[in-house]
This record gives sequence, structure tokens and C-alpha cells, in this order.
Amino acid sequence: MPPRRRSLGAARAASLIGRQGVLVALLLLILFGALRYDNFLGSYNVLSLLRYNAMFALVALGMCFVIMTGGIDLSVGAVAAMASVVSALVSPYGLVPALAAGIGAGLLTGLVNGLVIAWGGILPFITTLATMLAANGMALLLAGNQSVSVSWEGLFIELGQGDLFGLPVPALIAAAAYLLGSLALNYTAFGRNTLAVGGNEEAARLMGLPVRRVKIAVYVLSGGLAGLAGVILASQFGAGQPTEGAGWELFAIAAVVVGGTLLTGGIGSVGATLSGVLLLGLIFNILNFENGRGAISLSAYWQSVIRGLFLLVVVVLQSRLTARRTG
Amino acid sequence: MGRRMRDWGAPLALLALLVFNVAVTPNFLTWQTFFVNLTQVATIVIVAVGMTLVIATGGIDLSVGSLMAIAGALAPLILGGSLFGPLDPTTAVALALGVPVLVTAALGLFNGVLVTGFRIQPIIATLVLFIAGRGIAQVMTNGNLQTFSNPSFQWIGLGRISGVPVQAVLMVVIVLAMAWVLRATVYGRHVLATGGNEGAARLAGIPVARVKLAVYAISGLLSGIAGLIVISINSSADANLIGLGMELDAIAAVAVGGTLLTGGRATVIGTLLGALIIQLVRYTLLANGVPDAAALVVKAAIILLAVWLQRQGASR
Repeated sequence: MPPRRRSLGAARAASLIGRQGVLVALLLLILFGALRYDNFLGSYNVLSLLRYNAMFALVALGMCFVIMTGGIDLSVGAVAAMASVVSALVSPYGLVPALAAGIGAGLLTGLVNGLVIAWGGILPFITTLATMLAANGMALLLAGNQSVSVSWEGLFIELGQGDLFGLPVPALIAAAAYLLGSLALNYTAFGRNTLAVGGNEEAARLMGLPVRRVKIAVYVLSGGLAGLAGVILASQFGAGQPTEGAGWELFAIAAVVVGGTLLTGGIGSVGATLSGVLLLGLIFNILNFENGRGAISLSAYWQSVIRGLFLLVVVVLQSRLTARRTG
Repeated sequence: MGRRMRDWGAPLALLALLVFNVAVTPNFLTWQTFFVNLTQVATIVIVAVGMTLVIATGGIDLSVGSLMAIAGALAPLILGGSLFGPLDPTTAVALALGVPVLVTAALGLFNGVLVTGFRIQPIIATLVLFIAGRGIAQVMTNGNLQTFSNPSFQWIGLGRISGVPVQAVLMVVIVLAMAWVLRATVYGRHVLATGGNEGAARLAGIPVARVKLAVYAISGLLSGIAGLIVISINSSADANLIGLGMELDAIAAVAVGGTLLTGGRATVIGTLLGALIIQLVRYTLLANGVPDAAALVVKAAIILLAVWLQRQGASR
């Protein structure tokens, strides 16, 4: 049976298994790392892991909401790159203008996505594919085909490189975003509407839910978070990077799916998405440790092979689990 | 009116572009320009034909670019003798043309198994090889650029048949063959029925799983051919770059050509026209001094406009 013919209860159960599965896998990986490597749970490793995965976490959070409505946002990587260029260009004028410009660029692209999808009726896949190309082109045009240095005066650089209460600033930003995202999903009308639209759009429309507004909202959210990730990227690199975001969208989709969210929409969890991001980030981290020990020497090329294999294992396991539960 | 717009939108857009170029672009009406455009579009069309079949079943194939890289990495290894040892020239060329294509067809089949056997959504199933595939190609070559020179192998990318580039001939043959398969064969009808309503197709006794396995295998095979053409033109294989972004170009060509991305309706000729439109837009902008980055923005607008126009046609 195709997934959409499942009853809601069975689907919920399946998603719960997916969610607990990812948490168990995450804990097992952490246990493995802690037993095998000396400095794995050291503050340096943990903090840098959090710092460098904060951008992916933000992008994946937006993707999670989009996918819950049954859509997809392929533009997030290009939007983040464009936002990094925009904020780097504005950075000499201070922190707030740079932040506003970068996030604003993301929000604007998200608004275009949402309007074209909700009012133009064009498939999310095609719409965001087109805005991905456009954002990529804009980033290159604005940057003149090279990276744009960030002005080093001011607080801007703290966004990506600074610490607050001993924790990396980008990780704190991501944590706040996930807290807000989780509250929005579980306790607000917006969250309920998002799931309702993804579960059955026609039914949501008949119930009088503002389907179009919900769709526009999730793409604006996704664009804005991608913009924020771009600002952090510029701050971390000390430069706007017009081509850096390539492939982020697929990482985000992978994280959301590893987190047990169904691509057909209607089901999803903010926390599980975070687990998905951490799981994918940890695999990189563990591969680096393996390289550091010198026991094996895995080039960067092997890393993408292993990442692909890992994705394969997770999705096959998930499909088996959900099939058993519902079939 | 609406239906006409859907059926004639792509040819009319192509015609408008041609007229504009004849009037504005210098040296447009030359064989040189014609062949430059043909050779630049050939690989996209070949990949997009496979993508058309996959999309016709309601699927999608993100792995095409990575499969091109694998085929492109394999062929020089075979020619150089580091895979099967030293071979006589004819065998070497035959293996270098045959093995990579068989390997990518097998990997396409693997995509198909994930989609049908494990019921994984196509975008995720093919994401696996999208990520791992390029890595495999890079591991095989250690990330190095492989240069080579073998005229009889490179005939596929550089040769000409009575003045026409071989890759363009190959493109036309593949387009016509697949257009015929989709229109006139039982298999073609099964593909469209599967994409139109999978449940109904299954109840009607159509072997849905086998149909899907075949479209992914065909897509893999055609990606392999495209990969061989690319490395032949360049006389070198760079696993980091072969087919990069090809999945998006191919999907865009399919969408602009009028194939429904939800499956059930497909036109291979439309895909050819879609790829030609996108290529010609790019050429027009570049030939008239617009930078490549700006061309991306225009390309995005064209894709959206084309798909929107078709939707207007379809909904009336």
C-alpha cells in the first residue's frame, strides 16, 4: 500500500518508531565515540561540533516545516550563500544592518517561493529549483564571482565565531530557533495548520483553514532561516561565500528524513530533525577521529561514500520498520 | 485555447527565440553556431530523456550527475589498463564504451530496487547515489584529473558522421527511439499508466514494479552514455566536475518540455524542445554580453514562466 492510504494512527505510530530509532542511533553513536576516542566528549570537540552544525540545523528546521506541508525547498543552500554575500556587503555598516540584510534576502526569496507555489500553483520542486538557480546567480552577481570579505570591526564576527556563557553563539541561536520551532509546531494554530495542510490539503481547505497563507508562511520561514544560516556562514568564514551552500538542501532533506518525517507531509517532529542533523554531523566527526588515529586513512572522498551508505541504511531500516507496523 | 497553449507553447517559444537571434545575435545563422549549441545540449538531452521516463512513472532521479561521474571515471581506467590490465586496442575501446554504461545501468537498477522493493520515496532513494556516487568516482580516481587520448574511443564525443557531430546523431536516435517506445509500445503505455494512477495500474495487471525498475535502469544507462561523451570531448575525466548539477538541468528540460512532474503524461520530443529552449536562452544571453550569473536568473524565470503557461493550458 502506498503511504497515503495508511490510517492516521498507524502513520503516527510509524513516525514514533522513526523518531525513537534516530534517538537510539544517536545515543549509540555517542557511546561508540566516547568509548573509542579520548577527546570525543571533551568540551573542545563537543563545542566545535555544535558550532559547525548550527547552520545546517537552522536550514533543516525550515526544511522540516516545508516538508510537513508536503512541499520541498531546494533553494535553501543557494539562499544561504546569497545571504552570506549580502550580509558581508552590508557588514561595514554594523551588526544590525548586516543581520537584517542577510535575513531579509532570505525572507524575500521565501516569500517569492510561497507566492509562486500558493497562488501560481506551480509544484514546490520546480519553483524552488528555479529560485535556487536565481539565488545562485544573484549571489555570483553581487559578489562579482569571488568571496566578499566581512568587515572585521564590530560584533558581526561574533555571530559565527563568538562564545556566550561558554557556548558558541551560533549553537545558542540554533537552540533558540528549535525551541521556538517546537513551541510553534506543538502549541499554536500555525503548527496545527501546517500538519493539517500536509496531511490532507483538500480536507484542510474544506475545513476553512487558510491553506495558502500556511504554505506562504512555511516558505518564508524556511527562507528566513536559510538567510540566518547565511549570515552565520559569512561571520564564520569572515567572508560572504557565493558558492558555499551547494548541497545544503540535500543535507537538510536527509536530516529531516533521517529524523522520521515523511516526505509526503502531515507528520513531523522538530526534535527528531535536530537528532537527524546531529546524527549526520557526528558521522563526519567520527570519521575525522578515525583519520586522526591513523588506523585508517579515509580521504574526503570516502566520507561522501560513507555518508551515502549511512543514508541508505537509515532509509532502508525506516522502510522496514514502517512496513512492519502498518503492513 | 488552453490545450493549444500546452501543445504549442514550447515550439512557439523556441521559434520566437530563433527569430530573435536571427535578428539580433551576430553570426547566428552559421553551422558553427548550430553545432556549438547542439554539442552543448546533447548530453543534457540524453540524460533528460531518461529523466522523462522516470518522471512519467511519478518518480525522480537525482543520481544522474553522479552516475555520469562514475562512467567518466571508469572509462579512462579501462583504457589505461589499470582496471583489466593491458588490452589490445580494439578490446580496450569496446570495454571502455561498454562496461561503464553497464555499471551505471546496474546502479540505476539499484535505484529502482530501493523505490520498488523497499518503497523508499524516489527523491530519497536516488539521493543515496547522488551523495555516494560522486564519492565512489572520486575514490576510484583518488580525486585526480585523468587525461587520455584515444581517437577511436573519443569518436563518441569528437567524431562526425558526414559533418554532423556523433553526439548529436546519438541524441536524435535516442530521442526518436524513446519517443516511439513511449507512444507506440505496450511498455510505454505501462509507464504512463503507472504514473497516472499506480493503484489502478496494479489492479489492471500492469507489472508496476518491473516497469519502474526498467525506467531507473534506462535513466542510469543514458547517464553513463552522457558521461562518456563529456570525457571524450574534454580528453580528460574529472570526477569532481563531470555531470555536476546535471539532475537540475535535466529536470528543468523535462518540466519546460511539458511532461507532468506528477507523472502520467510525458513527451520526449517536448523534453528535447525544453532542453533546446534553455540552451538557446543561455546562448542568446552570453552571445549578447550578459554574464553567466545573470543568465542563471533569467533561466529561472523562463522555467517558471514555461511551467506556469503549461499549467494554464492543463487546467482549462
